[in-house]
Amino acid sequence: MTTKEIADKTVQVNEEGFMTDPNEWTQDIAAAIASEEGVSELTPEHWKVIDYSREVGLESGSAPTLRNITKGAGVPTKELFGLFPKGPAKKVAKISGLGKPEGCV
Amino acid sequence: MSEENRKIAFICSKGNMDMVYPALVMGWAALGNGIDVTIFFTFWGMDMINKARVDRLEVAPVANTSMKMNLMGVDTGNLGIPNIMGVLPGMTAFATKLMNDKMAGIDVPPVREYLEMLVDGGAKLYACKMSVDMFDLEMDDFVDGVIDIVTASDFMDMTEGAQIVFI
Repeated sequence: MTTKEIADKTVQVNEEGFMTDPNEWTQDIAAAIASEEGVSELTPEHWKVIDYSREVGLESGSAPTLRNITKGAGVPTKELFGLFPKGPAKKVAKISGLGKPEGCV
Repeated sequence: MSEENRKIAFICSKGNMDMVYPALVMGWAALGNGIDVTIFFTFWGMDMINKARVDRLEVAPVANTSMKMNLMGVDTGNLGIPNIMGVLPGMTAFATKLMNDKMAGIDVPPVREYLEMLVDGGAKLYACKMSVDMFDLEMDDFVDGVIDIVTASDFMDMTEGAQIVFI
């Protein structure tokens, strides 16, 4: 376990860069990780996905799968891949301060 | 991260239900991790993209040594479904229903919907020219998202540098 400085805050991360304590997460941290992940601006559409993932993550203890997000947040698959290009599964989880999704679908 | 994006290609050659899911599950996982996905359908795998067949894929209990009675929720341990029973009319439909219910129970989408998700996620689907000729099929027979009918040689060209999984 290591720590990392993100948006002027020190947070705990694992070896893959996922935050390990979702309570350390802030919206500024989300924006900073997003920019590292190539998502330069977080629009209301991005937040809809992130807020939903936070809700599921805090409740269940792990990040939602992509299908859970499309069904639960009502964001179509195509739009989700457009908002978080090149690997939305990991990107959404990382930006939301959660671990990797644990389901397959 | 390397400069070139990682690429993976699946060759789907089977239409039995247990053999159609691996490419869908792994392809979806690949897209979720930012990997380019190409799927080439050939031989019995054509059933996966055939509009008339995709919702009717089956699994047969005959000669399937892994399919045990306990799939039905009865605690019968390693007791298999006897082949002699498997040949009875309706047994394939029965086994298929069991499998479909199991899949739905863990929120796995049906094949048609899975393919739509993959296409929406950026996967590229192609039909095999030889199989198209052999089964008398044409583009109109396929579900939305199949880009083209291509030859084996085309497939080799388009998957240069990709990891290839044959199913």
